[in-house]
Amino acid sequence: MTTMTDRKLTMQKAIAEGISQEMATDPSVFVMGEDVGVYGGIFGSTEGLLDKYGPERIIDTPISETGFIGAAVGAAINGMRPVVELMFVDFFGVCMDQIYNNMAKIHYFSGGNIKVPAVLMTAVGGGYSDAGQHSQTLWGMFAHLPGMKVVVPSSAYDAKGLMISAIRDDNPVVYMFHKGALGLGWMVNNPRATGPVPEEAYEVPIGKARVAREGSDVTIVTLGLSVHKALDAAETLEAQGISAEVIDLRSLVPLDREAVISSVQKTHRLLVVDEDYQSFGMSGEIITTAVQGAFDYLDAPPVRVTTPDIPIPYSHGLETWALPSVERIVSAAAGLVSG
Amino acid sequence: MDIPKEHLVDMYSTMVRIRRFEERIRELYFADKLPAFDIAAGLIPGEMHLAAGQEPVAVGMRPHLHPGDAITATHRPHHVAIAQGVDLNKMAAEIFGRETGLGRGKGGHMHLFSAEPNFGCSGIIGEGMPVAVGAAMAFRARGTDNIALSYFGEGAANQGAFHESINLAALWKLPVVFICEDNAYAISVPKAASTAIPDNSDRASAYGIPGVLVSENDPVAVYEVMGAAMDRARRGDGPSLIEIKTDRLWGHFEGDADAYRSEDFKQEMNERDPLVVFGKRLEEEGILSAEEQEAIKESEYATVEAAIDFALASPYPAPEASLDHVFA
Repeated sequence: MTTMTDRKLTMQKAIAEGISQEMATDPSVFVMGEDVGVYGGIFGSTEGLLDKYGPERIIDTPISETGFIGAAVGAAINGMRPVVELMFVDFFGVCMDQIYNNMAKIHYFSGGNIKVPAVLMTAVGGGYSDAGQHSQTLWGMFAHLPGMKVVVPSSAYDAKGLMISAIRDDNPVVYMFHKGALGLGWMVNNPRATGPVPEEAYEVPIGKARVAREGSDVTIVTLGLSVHKALDAAETLEAQGISAEVIDLRSLVPLDREAVISSVQKTHRLLVVDEDYQSFGMSGEIITTAVQGAFDYLDAPPVRVTTPDIPIPYSHGLETWALPSVERIVSAAAGLVSG
Repeated sequence: MDIPKEHLVDMYSTMVRIRRFEERIRELYFADKLPAFDIAAGLIPGEMHLAAGQEPVAVGMRPHLHPGDAITATHRPHHVAIAQGVDLNKMAAEIFGRETGLGRGKGGHMHLFSAEPNFGCSGIIGEGMPVAVGAAMAFRARGTDNIALSYFGEGAANQGAFHESINLAALWKLPVVFICEDNAYAISVPKAASTAIPDNSDRASAYGIPGVLVSENDPVAVYEVMGAAMDRARRGDGPSLIEIKTDRLWGHFEGDADAYRSEDFKQEMNERDPLVVFGKRLEEEGILSAEEQEAIKESEYATVEAAIDFALASPYPAPEASLDHVFA
């Protein structure tokens, strides 16, 4: 149970507070990654933690992702609960072996005898012209590979609660925060990045979606920053007389399929919004879930608004066109309802 | 030899146990795959990398181990696992894919994991090295005097993981010993064709840590060098890099035609079989007579046979158990 609160935090501060509170109560929790110390994390995920917990527990690493992510696996096997930061998810290419061949598989290989309670925290997403090696989301790829939970908070409340759940989880959890949803002063001016956050530690269960907005005409399933865009779109749609329900998945693994199915059974129409690449990913999986679980309820073929199968382009106009936008969501939802 | 007799006997006995285990696995691996070799057939399907000849690199550290010390080994892991004392019955059962195996049949011979003793291995070259670094971080954070041993082949010394791991361990002065098992060939590629310098132990200087070359495939030499490196790590003085020249008596995997090594090379290698050489030396120095060595063989063979029997008598996991243990 959490108390009601008027205190508002940005998602960035909520993440740091979640880690800090777990470190205060559990000496096995420590953080390592590039610039997590004096800098406080490039995106502020470890802000203030070095002063509180010192360099033995807030560990700046060299640029050596295979080394330190593999070390997090070793520490997790040996009684620790590391939170390890991969600065941008795009950097997975230099260390993916440790992530998907090692961290994700040891519990299975051991027949359940060895647990790997590690949190891999990483920044995702575009929208600020950082080009094709610093703007991807890639959650569909991580979710595709068995053995890792994958969580993607969209609100400050969920960011803290999901971080605490991730740290307490006995499994590897990939915790992806969208840069545009953090409420950073230097990033994207996003009023939805700030919200009420209780002072005390609390968990948000991993694997449970949230109805971010109730509606009756169309279901919009999404996660991360696209939740904010979908909520903005829902306001525009409401003015057009269309009632949109927005489902924030909050995690891809486990996936709350029931939440998708029951919403589609109510609205009879499905729009999936995914900032990840379109093909072979989350949007296809959500649509399959709806088709298999609510086929008779669907009044129209499901529709998706995604990033096309292209590297994320740099130039502002190109990128804005490529990523899901409020306008594309409104247009797709309106077409789905009127069609 | 200025080594307690019990340690010499222990190393010899363990070498016998390892060799017998590898011989029996080899026999049973081929028993039902011939005359037409089918890698997927038989009691032990899949790839099989056996370590006959590499026993010294494993047994030399054994008398210096403490309970709780972590070891990460390679795709060729049996000798190290046996030397650390991983449950032989469960290990055999895992290799035979049985429900009673270390991983309930989910890992196989390249993915053996044990909590006590603290052992893991991997089918990816160099993958265990960062894991050993993390184990050492955990030992320090928890205030124990445990250390981590990271085994890898000479072929792994050109992986990024090698350099990243040694840098981290040196930077943070962690209790790790990195042990390069140099059997001279990375599958078919000789070391000289892959590595810019003759000895990987020289690479230690790039990270400001001790690098020691053991140029004989000799358990006594390994015992002495590993003892010093392990003591150093346990004292808190940081990591070391040890390179041991050893021999892979058989192919890279069972079924390997091994045509890339010359007949002369193989003959010389077989003539310096470390088990034979060590046995002779123990006899000559009056530490173990031929009769005593026979008695050890009888006892170790029985231990291995009991493990094989345990494995063969164990049930296979239910097919749908495939779905279990993805998550805790």
